[in-house]
Amino acid sequence: MGRYVLRRLLQMVPVFVGTTFLIYALVWAVPGDPFEGKCGERDCPASYVSMMRERFNLDDPLPLQYWKYLVNLVQGDFGVTSSGVQVLDRIAATFPVTLRLALVALLIEAVIGVTAGVVSGLRDRGFLDSLVLVSTLFLISIPVFVTGYVVQLVFGLQLGWIAPTVTTPTFGNLIVPGFVLASLSMAYVARLSRASIAENRRADYVRTALAKGLPTRRVVGVHLLRNSLIPVLTFLGTDLGAFLGGAIVTEGIFNVPGVGGLVFRSILTKDGAMVTGVVTVLVLVYLLMTLLVDLLYAVLDPRIRYD
Amino acid sequence: MSGARLTPSTATAAVALVLAATACGSAETPTGSNTDAGITIFNTEPENPLIPGNTTETGGSRVLDPMFTGLVEYRAQDAQPVNAMAESIETTDSKVFTVKLKQGWLFHDGTPVTANSFVDAWNWTAYGPNATQGASFFSQIEGYAAVNPADPDGPDGEQKPPAPTAEELSGLEVVDDHTFTITLSEPFAVFPVTVGYEVFAPLPESFFKDRAAFEANPIGNGPFKYVSRTVGTDIKLTRYDDYKGTDKPKFKDLTLKVYQSRESAYADLVSNNLDFMEELPPNALAGKQYETDLGDRVVQRETLNNQTIAFPFYTKPYDNADLRRAISMAIDREEITKRIFEGTRKPADGWVHPLMKGYRPGQCGEYCAFNPAKAKEALAKSGYTGEIVLLSNTDGGHQEWAEAVVNSVKNTLGIEARFVPSTSFGEFRQNVNARKMTGIYRSGWIADYPSIENWLTPLFRTGASSNDGLYSNPAFDAKLAEADKAPSEDAAIELYLEAERMMAPDLPSIPLWTQNTIAGRSERLKVANLDPFRTLDLFSVEVA
Repeated sequence: MGRYVLRRLLQMVPVFVGTTFLIYALVWAVPGDPFEGKCGERDCPASYVSMMRERFNLDDPLPLQYWKYLVNLVQGDFGVTSSGVQVLDRIAATFPVTLRLALVALLIEAVIGVTAGVVSGLRDRGFLDSLVLVSTLFLISIPVFVTGYVVQLVFGLQLGWIAPTVTTPTFGNLIVPGFVLASLSMAYVARLSRASIAENRRADYVRTALAKGLPTRRVVGVHLLRNSLIPVLTFLGTDLGAFLGGAIVTEGIFNVPGVGGLVFRSILTKDGAMVTGVVTVLVLVYLLMTLLVDLLYAVLDPRIRYD
Repeated sequence: MSGARLTPSTATAAVALVLAATACGSAETPTGSNTDAGITIFNTEPENPLIPGNTTETGGSRVLDPMFTGLVEYRAQDAQPVNAMAESIETTDSKVFTVKLKQGWLFHDGTPVTANSFVDAWNWTAYGPNATQGASFFSQIEGYAAVNPADPDGPDGEQKPPAPTAEELSGLEVVDDHTFTITLSEPFAVFPVTVGYEVFAPLPESFFKDRAAFEANPIGNGPFKYVSRTVGTDIKLTRYDDYKGTDKPKFKDLTLKVYQSRESAYADLVSNNLDFMEELPPNALAGKQYETDLGDRVVQRETLNNQTIAFPFYTKPYDNADLRRAISMAIDREEITKRIFEGTRKPADGWVHPLMKGYRPGQCGEYCAFNPAKAKEALAKSGYTGEIVLLSNTDGGHQEWAEAVVNSVKNTLGIEARFVPSTSFGEFRQNVNARKMTGIYRSGWIADYPSIENWLTPLFRTGASSNDGLYSNPAFDAKLAEADKAPSEDAAIELYLEAERMMAPDLPSIPLWTQNTIAGRSERLKVANLDPFRTLDLFSVEVA
């Protein structure tokens, strides 16, 4: 196990370098001068532009620029934005918010999705099964921004049940955006667990367990569920990574001060240092999440070994 | 959110408390308004460190503007400059100006505002190596080239700009604690009007000792002082009670809230969680949705910006004056403003904005009026039969009117006309700056300072900073120079109007329309007005 983890960690190095280089190159290659529009309606003074170009090494060839960036990065220096804000400080301030939102979404997704999946998987072709199938189809076909705006409009503005935006990002306030964020994946999780349960229900070991006289509750809860959840777990794990980086739309609609909005605004204002910094962290999170999921397999299924 | 706010009953109690505490100070407080309340207004994240001389974009300006008071301020009603920190600004030749400051003003840290506060701040901002965004605003002061030498091959070039030969502008001289003189390199009658812009704000001594500390905790001399900032969330200001200006804010705390998107801010505005937003997002403007959502909470006024179509004088056939007139006279401004903007725009009849002091209507004459017969005549005279191309970015909601203009031209003149969109403003501007425009293109102007001069010189004078189309007319230039040298502002205005009249037959750009800005306020605000520069007039705000 230890050796496997080490090997995986070493594999991360080339992936890390490759992705950060791509991000760096792409961010600074976005058409449009990064100092265009920085000074309002008129052009920035020459002395300002040349100082900024120097600060961000924009006059060096791209590989050299990237090298300088990488050297600073591995020393923990994420750089400073053009507004003089430390990139690392901003990440430290926004990441916990997004993490909270992602955890809320993940919890909603896992609880509702798995429950719906198990219920409909156990009742083939019943009313509940059809209900789950139809409602998940409905959820899958609606883009997140539509769900978000509709929820905000109906429950926030017209009915006044919720605040239309999140003022302080506590767990309680994040339930509504968490629901919106989770809605799409929730449907996938339900369908995935339904298929998995339905398939394993006819497996030999289930029949054996039932034949031995074990109570149905225990057969389903321990034997069936444990085996059926492996594909679901993969999905949930990578989804957490996706939530962390892909909450841009939800955060925008509900004004959650998280990573998504930070990336979005930094792209708009062409703040290359911020974009590369945040996305680098997201890459790391994603890599670690996949490793964690792989390790969890072994816990769920003892037949899976990594040495 | 709502729990933190004062309810109406506690609000009146608070007013009573304030009245008791400050006795005579707030005697003119309007009855029923809560002078101890806090309000939240929409803002975008400042893109630069919070220093007046280094902030020219709106997110930062909205924070610094209430914190600093310059020599003059612009009146919210009519944009006219009035003396604020200046007791007087006098000149006999429009070249040397003597500024006398009001006495007894303090910065928020308790240090006095003196002539040095202005002169040092201006010198710092103009000095090349400090690389400020506002440096170019000081280029008219004598000695600017020495402190901020031009980069020989532009900012993107290989060469570094030469080192400055001086650290201070030779045109600034401190006479005594409350007097200083400004010498310009060329006479410029309108100069006193320009200094209301925030890059001309004074800075306290502490700024020059420790710039980083100042950026973390900016100190101004205006009606509001800095409290705290949470990057990406909000910036809090509070009323500075020792403020010496004549106007006093009628509320206490000002929170500038950063939003991830305009749409989310609008949702908060509609549900009264946000108190003011000065430009509503497109989804609110579409189909006048804001009228349904906000009702009598819509705030509207004509503001200092216009929409024009510019010509690339470096590209054929647009160097042909007859063709330019033909296009202009083929555009039905009345119809387009009515149909597409539902009356929120007013057709323009000249290049100077109607809100300007001295504005004269009809300066563009027949060339800016819809006249199909004359337009066809002019087209025939020009001898041009090819197609007309109109370029614009579409990310600011320009597609609809641009297509309407193109259709108007096509139908009137009977020649091919086509709209070519480009997706981003940045890309569009880059092509404009690189003189790569292949057709007529959208342009607009927002006044830097309220003077007729600002609508002419930067845009149409030969070689001027925003003369992107490379228009050049020596007689017009000469008239502008004459106006700059005029002994008084009024005399200057007359000469600028003459210059405007002179360029009409040339039609260096097509004036289309001037704009109304549509803002919204919450139910809590009894009064909230826009100023002509498209921002909230803080002094007008009254909280119920």
